[in-house]
Amino acid sequence: MSANIAEMEKRRSAARMGGGQARIDAQHARGKLTARERLEVLLDEGSFEETDLYVHHDCIDFGMESKQIPGDGVVTGSGTINGRLVYVYSQDFTVFGGSLSNRHAQKICKIMDTAMRVGAPVIGLNDSGGARIQEGVAALAGYAEVFQRNVLASGVVPQLSMIMGPCAGGAVYSPAMTDFIFMVKDSSYMFVTGPDVVKTVTNEVVTQEELGGAITHSTKTSVSDLALENDVEALLAARDFFDYLPLNNREAAPVRPSADPYDREEPSLDTIVPPNANQPYDMHEVLHKLLDEGDFFELQPSHAANVIIGFGRIEGQTVGIVANQPMVLAGVLDINSSKKAARFVRFCDAFNIPILTFEDVPGFLPGTDQEHNGIIKHGAKLLFAYAEATVPKITVITRKAYGGAYCVMSSKHLRGDLNYAWPTAEIAVMGAKGAVEIIFRGQDEEGMAAATKEYEDRFANPFVAASRGYIDEVIYPHSTRKRIALGLRKLRTKQLENPWKKHDNIPL
Amino acid sequence: MFKKILIANRGEIACRVIKTARRMGIQTVAVYSDADARAPFVQMADEAVHIGPAPAAQSYLIADKIIAACKQTGAEAVHPGYGFLSERTSFAEALAAEGIEFIGPPVGAIAAMGDKIESKKLAKAAGVNVVPGFVGEIEDTEHAVRISNEIGYPVMMKASAGGGGKGMRLAYDEKDVREGFESVKREGLNSFGDDRVFIEKFILNPRHIEIQILGDKHGNILYLNERECSIQRRHQKVVEEAPSPFVTEKMRKAMGEQCVALSRAVGYYSAGTVELIVSGADPTGESFYFLEMNTRLQVEHPVTECITGIDLVEQMIRVAAGEKLEMTQDDVKIDGWAIENRVYAEDPYRGFLPSTGRLARYRPPVAGWEEDGAANGRRGINGVRVDDGVYEGGEVSMFYDPMIAKLITWGKTRDEAADLQVAALDAFEIEGLGHNIDFVSAIMQHPRFRSGELTTGFIAEEYPEGFTGTPASDDLKVKLAAVAGFVSTARSDRARRISGQLADPMDPPHDWTVTIAKTAYQVKILGNGVTVDGKPVDLAVEYSPGDAFLEAEVDGEDIGIKIANTRIGFKMTTRGAIHKVDCLPTRVAYLSQHMLEKTPPDLSRYLICPMPGLLVALHVQEGDKVESGQPLAVVEAMKMENILRAEKAGVIKSVNAKAGESLAVDAIILEME
Repeated sequence: MSANIAEMEKRRSAARMGGGQARIDAQHARGKLTARERLEVLLDEGSFEETDLYVHHDCIDFGMESKQIPGDGVVTGSGTINGRLVYVYSQDFTVFGGSLSNRHAQKICKIMDTAMRVGAPVIGLNDSGGARIQEGVAALAGYAEVFQRNVLASGVVPQLSMIMGPCAGGAVYSPAMTDFIFMVKDSSYMFVTGPDVVKTVTNEVVTQEELGGAITHSTKTSVSDLALENDVEALLAARDFFDYLPLNNREAAPVRPSADPYDREEPSLDTIVPPNANQPYDMHEVLHKLLDEGDFFELQPSHAANVIIGFGRIEGQTVGIVANQPMVLAGVLDINSSKKAARFVRFCDAFNIPILTFEDVPGFLPGTDQEHNGIIKHGAKLLFAYAEATVPKITVITRKAYGGAYCVMSSKHLRGDLNYAWPTAEIAVMGAKGAVEIIFRGQDEEGMAAATKEYEDRFANPFVAASRGYIDEVIYPHSTRKRIALGLRKLRTKQLENPWKKHDNIPL
Repeated sequence: MFKKILIANRGEIACRVIKTARRMGIQTVAVYSDADARAPFVQMADEAVHIGPAPAAQSYLIADKIIAACKQTGAEAVHPGYGFLSERTSFAEALAAEGIEFIGPPVGAIAAMGDKIESKKLAKAAGVNVVPGFVGEIEDTEHAVRISNEIGYPVMMKASAGGGGKGMRLAYDEKDVREGFESVKREGLNSFGDDRVFIEKFILNPRHIEIQILGDKHGNILYLNERECSIQRRHQKVVEEAPSPFVTEKMRKAMGEQCVALSRAVGYYSAGTVELIVSGADPTGESFYFLEMNTRLQVEHPVTECITGIDLVEQMIRVAAGEKLEMTQDDVKIDGWAIENRVYAEDPYRGFLPSTGRLARYRPPVAGWEEDGAANGRRGINGVRVDDGVYEGGEVSMFYDPMIAKLITWGKTRDEAADLQVAALDAFEIEGLGHNIDFVSAIMQHPRFRSGELTTGFIAEEYPEGFTGTPASDDLKVKLAAVAGFVSTARSDRARRISGQLADPMDPPHDWTVTIAKTAYQVKILGNGVTVDGKPVDLAVEYSPGDAFLEAEVDGEDIGIKIANTRIGFKMTTRGAIHKVDCLPTRVAYLSQHMLEKTPPDLSRYLICPMPGLLVALHVQEGDKVESGQPLAVVEAMKMENILRAEKAGVIKSVNAKAGESLAVDAIILEME
């Protein structure tokens, strides 16, 4: 008996050493934690339960049969984050450079299958050199199996990818199909082809960091939702983030107790919209003052900052936020901001997270750059996403709601449940000046000025829209939190279903 | 007594005057510009009259509009506050012509004291010590050099009509005079429309001490002791106190009597202040010299109110109404010690650059001061008085003075008043714009400030490299570590009460590693107590998640801490500094040893716009070679032109902005190779 136990212990300890002390030291020297250390930070203390510790690869080519390391480069299992179940995999760069073999992939597939059956989120910690080249097509098959599961899990359980080292070639497509990607600055990168191939093919000289580092992906490409300073910070951020997510698409968003009164008044919001319509203000302040305890977990803060997305809580329960940001490009909708917000709206809708929309939008961005790059289809994504969403939708128009962008931003016509406007709201087809130039083309300056004034008086307010029932109520900014909290309470039992379909055909 | 008065001012001083008037049963009228339509003083006043657009030159400085407002509302008298029209003879005259009382001194006194050269002559004639210097018109640079040589260096060149630090230049030798004289003239002409310049001896270890004067229309003139305002930055007062740690009873009497004599000589009544420059190098206290007389209420008048119990605004109103002073010189006493800090919208961490904008958060340590009539009521709440005119959600406008509030504390002793300042500053929450709270807190804690060894060079001497926060003592760090551990446990405990758990909630971590300024502390939060590095700490904290300010009692010391979350701990602002406090469960902290320290990118290659403003001038082009310290660009903000200089020598690689462009903070103006 004791001999058996000793054998188990021996095998366990051997497996836990991964690729050995030298490689662990090398990993540390790069400022990176090992696969198991990362799970220790991510999960509640002592909660990790490992599966497939003894799995090894079956490759017999290129001398691989003699190189066997139990676990085969990925640590898989389950654990809890603040007591809630999560399935995890963590690639072990110390074992064959974290490369993905067929067995490695099978381990990932196994926990994903379990997560799907029980309805628990999956967090993948990626740190892998790519496919196990020695295995050839078997490794590729492994990738594809994972991809298939990412797709089936999409919209069923939340999937979060942490990129904590290299992630190149085929490997990028699994994270790409998960809901969120967090990257670690300076030590992680993602690209389909690396700098060497880029150089050979296009003669372009580029560093890994520039081509696909955390900064690149969180500013230019939007591949990454958040860039964090280091492993510890990234994993702690993932813990915080996880607390916003429901476990699966059949459950409501989680509730965490909060001492923040639902009816807290914020008198300073009464003055946040400047008297001059051309003067910006920081929408973050509005969010900060409305959400529980001022906590807002922003995603993609450095990409398309003209729209703000992220999670907060009202009365302890998760809400998704979409807000135009007047500080950046006057809050205009363009290709990037439409795509950014659209995908977020769809995540919230898939996972029963109510959507709060704060609107101050002068319209869609004009210009050849936007038109030629397809603003029509990209803008339609956001429209589509809002229109199909059946979760509770509350909209607050703080200032401008112009033109097509008014329709898009969770308007009453797109089944908005509660559409509020601040007294500063202006709901019109366009700004007064532009409108008058069309309606009164050819008038003299004086006539134009008078007409502009007339148009402003008519539409630079929320009351025309309210008189048609497009706005449910014009509210005091200072009481917005109370309005939203009460609205969410009442919408908890909302029932709304779209017609049966195999799936929709969103303009991709 | 008047039934209704108008306050021809704005902001905190308008609020201040309204409070006293209201207690006296006098109705008040506010006047306001577009920028102040939502300001507290407009709300506080019984009536308010709009007088024009935001720029003061089109509103607060137009006497006709003020007079029209008086007529419209039936106000019988005008309190001018400080600044704006307070020292304009033409305004006082215009009021008189309309039969409206001016709550201030007689026109003749304003005129006599308004001119720096004239006032000095008068002071000398009245037997007041004056600084050796040249009183008269200086013809040209050669003349200036001759005069300077006679007086002996160092000398100060000042524009005659100057003030507020503008149009002044120090010369240590003849060369400095030759270089600077013309520019002082020009500044005088540009800023004040007067290019006359005077030159005087520069005093060693100079201290700025001033005497508060109060007189009535019946020939009674008193001095209400002194205030010391030596702590200045670029000739702008920052800290004021009463009494002065330098002034003895004998010196006070000598100064007071000279100043009363001068006031008498110009037929003074109402409140006024004689500013003196005092050489701290002369222990006899006899080296005090007349600087100027301000014929109005001073910004720093509350410290005098605190130690004398006299409401200066009330006295001004009574005097204006013709009442006799009810007190005599013998009644004027000194009770305790008062200190005032001016909370400015300027960022000490960024070279004191002006910072305007929205007060996203504004929570003073105590509610704004209410005049309750009791003599000691002027000491605020438990010795803390806030004179302000702003509110959360309001704006610190670029059009006016960048002062956000005045924080006044009163204690039995100077140390007590300074300690109160530190505590009150810790509790003073301002967000949305840069402010100098940490900086003035640093001064309040500074050993040299505590010693009373002040000079007007205090800030320049003690912070030659600028301000980076008050260094934290080991004791403070231990206390912050204990608080961080406690707060982290509270937050974790709450996080573990989320819905949807597999089993009953687990206990939160109680072993924390707190790192402050590279020192790590082991903090244990246990049911029966808290330890830091194994030593028990007596800790009581009021905190629930979401609080932006907490009060802790740690080992008997009360500490107020402004707290904000970071991803791995907190930003704690207290005791004059922002402390980055990392707080990780010890098992995680153990792993974080492997995290690499990252050096922030070198930004010295870039010329970065330090504040939102207008790029007035760009002195260089692509390819230019520049020397370290060479002016590269001029950015105008708050009507101040700020010269941006090269941090190091190099060649301009690219220029990203054009003159005339409005720039955001941190915008890159140009890049060097």
